[in-house]
Amino acid sequence: MTDLIARAVGVSRRYGDVVALDQVDLDIPRGQLVGLLGPNGAGKSTLINLFVGLRRPDDGRVEIRGADPMTPATRRILGVTPQETGLPLSLRVGETANLVSAHFVNPVPPDELFARFGLTGLEGRQCGALSGGQRRRLAVALAFAGRPEIVFLDEPTTGLDVDARHQLWDGIRAFHGEGGTVVLTSHYLEEVEALAERVVVIDHGRVIRDGSTAEIRDVAGMRRVSVAAADLPELPGVVSTDRDDAGRVHLMTTDADQLVRTLVASGVPFRGLEVRSTSLEDAFLALTTDDHRSLA
Amino acid sequence: MSLTLTHARYQFVETLRIPVAVIATVFFPAASMLFFVVPNAADDPRAATVATASMVVFATMVTCLFQYGSGVAEDRALPWESFVRTLPTGAGPRFAARVLVGTAFVLVAVVPVVLIAVLFTEATLTPARFLAALGGLVVAVVPFTLLGLAIGYSLPAKAATAVATISFLPLAFGGGLMGDPEDLPGFIDTIAPFLPTRGAAELIWAAVSDFTVDPLSMVMLAVWTVAAGGAAVFAYRRDEGRRFS
Repeated sequence: MTDLIARAVGVSRRYGDVVALDQVDLDIPRGQLVGLLGPNGAGKSTLINLFVGLRRPDDGRVEIRGADPMTPATRRILGVTPQETGLPLSLRVGETANLVSAHFVNPVPPDELFARFGLTGLEGRQCGALSGGQRRRLAVALAFAGRPEIVFLDEPTTGLDVDARHQLWDGIRAFHGEGGTVVLTSHYLEEVEALAERVVVIDHGRVIRDGSTAEIRDVAGMRRVSVAAADLPELPGVVSTDRDDAGRVHLMTTDADQLVRTLVASGVPFRGLEVRSTSLEDAFLALTTDDHRSLA
Repeated sequence: MSLTLTHARYQFVETLRIPVAVIATVFFPAASMLFFVVPNAADDPRAATVATASMVVFATMVTCLFQYGSGVAEDRALPWESFVRTLPTGAGPRFAARVLVGTAFVLVAVVPVVLIAVLFTEATLTPARFLAALGGLVVAVVPFTLLGLAIGYSLPAKAATAVATISFLPLAFGGGLMGDPEDLPGFIDTIAPFLPTRGAAELIWAAVSDFTVDPLSMVMLAVWTVAAGGAAVFAYRRDEGRRFS
């Protein structure tokens, strides 16, 4: 029996006529780092809002350690970074952290929190005077203020430059390394690929794939075959063809071996053959594109 | 409880750092005091005392309408409110703190009025009457708090500010706060008892002078309090339901 820290059981949620979530089941074991992946409007944020007690499901139930997150006491072990950064603009950074910390029994001392998220030296600054990136870092830091056991980060690194993003990743990894559970959504697929052990792909309010990062990548079963060639004959199993400025042709295929055999046998001149596994982004696109030929 | 105080402290600080809000709260009543009461009634102790009481009600009403009306409506639009809802205590302490801070700002608005009365007019009060006036103020603050909350929770920020701005003058003049309570001009005499400002003011007038309250005004004050309370609860629940369910 795995130790589940959060779960959704048959959860549906509608906004008027729009079905945001449709019969979603999700078990999150303690200590896992889960990436929720899906296009805009797929239902990721709705699922997070249910888990953190902002919304009630229309059907089914969500649990944090077996209890209803709508009950405030349940949320003691939980930290949140909402998709939209919200800070009290006329309060100072230090005051904001104190205000949030006051809700928890054993909060992280502000100095330590600021050091971990690169906010040291900004304590006296009003939140309204922070740059977009600094605000985002503070919003993420606040999720960790109460020494949570599980954090829900909705697109945590949106608007951050590369350095800040990597710094934040380190913070998330450190928390996970100490046994913390992380559920994050991201638009940056490389982020999910870099951080998550498990990827849950959501589209149209349903979980369409759930597996390890490697499994999700393999599920598409695709390889990218690239060659420099002037003209290519008709080749089997090609899902998409793309020619870049350098004159290289990129072929997405479910059977790279057969494709290479046919290519060689055709006698067409080419050079610089490269076969690579696909990125999560490619797999993700393949999975969520409705009219995808090879995976239908 | 301590959490409520923590929220109250930071909400107080937040409001103070946006000086326009404080200036509006303090300026309107103090300016009315200086421009209406001081030139007209300064030399007559009874008239000055009663007029000061009117200005105290005016200050209370203006503060509540803007603090709660505009303040709540603006806060509701902020994502920060949603974030606070995810903290392990929910909406309770923040709401309690809001009422605490609103009440504190009523005092902030009332103090300059009383100071001007003491410094520039012949207004006087015995300690007993002062306490009675304070008691009247405690009752008077309730309907305006509820009215402000009803506006703040039912309207978007811009509309709430507009409604607060539009309503405070008719409530002040219509309730007879800007004249001699025993000699109101024309139709104002007819409508005044039906406005909450009149009932609230009568309570304080009765506390500071030999004024006798009009039963109609008292009944209407009660009606306003209940109606505003109902509207505030309805608007709060509807808002919670729309944003957090």
